[in-house]
Amino acid sequence: MRLKLVPSETNWDFFRATRISFGASLMAMVASVLLFATLGLNFGIDFRGGTTIRTESAQPVDVGIYRDALAALDLGDVTITEVFDPGFGPDKNVAQVRIQAQDGQESVTPETIAAVEAALQQVAPDITFPSVESVGPKVSGELIRTAVLAVALAIFAVLVYIWLRFEWQFSLGAVAALVHDVTLTIGIFAALQIKFDLAIIAALLTIVGYSLNDTVVVFDRVRENLRRYKKMALKEVLNLSINETLSRTVMTSVTTLLALIALFVLGGDVIRGFVFAMIWGVVVGTYSSVFVASNILLMLGVKRDWSKQDDGGAGTQFADVDA
Amino acid sequence: MLQIALWKRVAILAAVLFGLALAMPNAFYTRVEGHNDAVQAIEATGATTPELIAKRDAWPGWLPSGLVNLGLDLRGGAHLLAEVQVDDVYAERMDGLWPDVRDALREQRAEIGTIRRRDAPVGELHVQVSRPENMAAAVAAVRELARPTVTLTGVGASDIEVRGEGDMLIVQLSEAEQQATRDRTIQQSLEIVRRRVDEVGTREPTIQRQGADRILIQVPGIGSAEELKALIGTTARLTFHPVVSRTANPDEAPGTGNVIYPDIEDNGTYYILEKRAVVSGEDLTDAQPGFDQNGLPSVTFRFNPAGARKFGQYTSENVGEPFAIVLDEEVISAPVIREAILGGSGQITGNFTVEDSTQLAVLLRAGALPAELVFLEERTIGPELGADSIAAGQIASIVAFVAVLVFMGASYGLFGLFANIALLVNVGLIFGLLSAIGATLTLPGIAGIVLTIGMAVDANVLVFERIREELKSARGPARAIELGYEKALSAILDANITTFITATILFMLGSGPVRGFAVTLGLGILTSVFTAIFVTRLMIVIWMERRRPKTIAL
Repeated sequence: MRLKLVPSETNWDFFRATRISFGASLMAMVASVLLFATLGLNFGIDFRGGTTIRTESAQPVDVGIYRDALAALDLGDVTITEVFDPGFGPDKNVAQVRIQAQDGQESVTPETIAAVEAALQQVAPDITFPSVESVGPKVSGELIRTAVLAVALAIFAVLVYIWLRFEWQFSLGAVAALVHDVTLTIGIFAALQIKFDLAIIAALLTIVGYSLNDTVVVFDRVRENLRRYKKMALKEVLNLSINETLSRTVMTSVTTLLALIALFVLGGDVIRGFVFAMIWGVVVGTYSSVFVASNILLMLGVKRDWSKQDDGGAGTQFADVDA
Repeated sequence: MLQIALWKRVAILAAVLFGLALAMPNAFYTRVEGHNDAVQAIEATGATTPELIAKRDAWPGWLPSGLVNLGLDLRGGAHLLAEVQVDDVYAERMDGLWPDVRDALREQRAEIGTIRRRDAPVGELHVQVSRPENMAAAVAAVRELARPTVTLTGVGASDIEVRGEGDMLIVQLSEAEQQATRDRTIQQSLEIVRRRVDEVGTREPTIQRQGADRILIQVPGIGSAEELKALIGTTARLTFHPVVSRTANPDEAPGTGNVIYPDIEDNGTYYILEKRAVVSGEDLTDAQPGFDQNGLPSVTFRFNPAGARKFGQYTSENVGEPFAIVLDEEVISAPVIREAILGGSGQITGNFTVEDSTQLAVLLRAGALPAELVFLEERTIGPELGADSIAAGQIASIVAFVAVLVFMGASYGLFGLFANIALLVNVGLIFGLLSAIGATLTLPGIAGIVLTIGMAVDANVLVFERIREELKSARGPARAIELGYEKALSAILDANITTFITATILFMLGSGPVRGFAVTLGLGILTSVFTAIFVTRLMIVIWMERRRPKTIAL
């Protein structure tokens, strides 16, 4: 008996509820932008400078006491959050202390760190500091620019590649799906106020890669079916292609999610935000390659006379890749 | 029919075995690490203690011994990003040039009148001339001072540019000279940082230039970034100056050619010294920590012949006068010269602890930094946190692995098993490649591997789903498999090339852990495509040849 997530033969109409799915996507995107504009992202020190100190002690963390202990130091904005992880035993209590970038200093001075550590040792004598990280405002500014550049460049590179391999309509469809995924990911980070740092940018780019992976597989089948069924309406071709690839889409999403969920639960708190972004991205990316990318393609229409250009090829100079 | 030529089979098998052999040492991490360290120690020192030999022989020398480097976030250690203040060097060059410019212009006094130095932006020298109508003569006189730049590319370029603007004569370093100076300064700084880090003898530090004027320093196993900063952040310029006078007023005007420096103890004492140093740390050949005749920690040093001559001459001419030993513009001590010091060696005593004197000796031996370092970023990760991350990553990887294996087996039966074997090979190959290129594994890198585990099956899934479809068209199993591979190929390639593009961009623009993630993701794509297209297919083909099934269940 085989495990089958999707019946072997499906003929679902993915465009019946186009208005609803498209409307939902649009609303989610608008909501994401609004959340980003109002709540903003909870930027980590990578992007806004400052210092984070991870503390560990046997006694439970009392955020209030920690805050009072540090208030006397006059360090400006200090955030203290307790960190939870199923892997921590009862005598392992972890907190994250974040201190804003100090005026006129590139990176935090040894005196500041020593003062913070001494103050915390007053209230929790057995406290240790497994990590101390400090980023100056100069570097954090550059990191933001590089991060934005990386995401933009990745999307652009993809646009060009798909354009070369397919047609410009496909390329726009794929990029619309990517923008959708990236926007929604930023939205959820704004809504839940999860720390947004360099690793999340890596996750965003992976989402771009994954979502694209899905979209390209569907498009590849669309291209094939367009050649096979020359008279079939575009909508039918798209529907057929999505149905044919559905089983694969679901299989791959499930295996990837299985791996990511294992990492989310067991991988430790240090990368939890990163893994969360990827789980979210896989879900949203799978959705968008079925509903967003194909819808855009349907709206733009496709040139159907590929077979006239060269026989057997897909119509572009790069299409004849064979192993 | 399904066929794979014999040579292809051998090549595929050889590639897999080779990759797995490269990966194997990682399964015996501590033993191999001990072996590598012992081999290095024996090579470096020639020492052959039984302990070292035992460690070396714990791993056979003919086996591959490349290991995946663990990143700082997994091993613990300190990371610093420092910016070299090259502007200081430009400013210094201009200060050094001023006496020559002044002398050159004074000779032309009849024509250009009096001159006065004005404040100028960094890297420029502004001189106001009282008779601007003869500016051309002044410019010509200063141009005489120009010397050719010493670079590989800027042949014939001169080191300074001189021009007149109104009554202001402007001297600045030429573009080529600035470039050359910057490169030289960074190279020197790199070299000196490396020497200092090597002096304390930690394992595999990373010290590299980043961008135009930055240095990235990563030292595994060091307790904190502060420790590292104390070691490499000090300029450590040692100079010996004649003392003019001593004062308690920090704002006292030192007079021309003199400077005022505080005592290193912050005890309210200030020294007015002649700015020109008699000798400097550049003339030192050695410095060692020791104790003076009262048993207090001190540093003994030795000059090279040129330094010894200058020092000897100065001390013999100035017996009974005080002179100051200055470290980074702070006076360590200002003893009175009791007798001429001709041997070229001496002793610095101050209010040192043993640690101070040891560190000072290290710094003096390694030499002074040509410019100040400003730290832009610093991270310390404790070894326990790294160990926790490795443990968590391992458990998560194993669970992810088992989940995917079970799922694939349940979905595709025997073919799922083939895919699973390919997946095992795939992870082995990733580790093999990581070890072979000496890449660094970071925590996001582990996430990249776990993600690859999930995504690697994708290529197989694409093929299997396609074979299922082709089977429906009622062709024979062999034909279905062949068509399945053929038709899924373009989707596999397109899908993986696009992901590879994003991994490449991540690698180019990312740094540190993110880069580690890009490396594992990119390698994972290469190996997963290889295993899906070649390894799984080989297994299926061999199985088909043996069993010759009439139908296949997929």
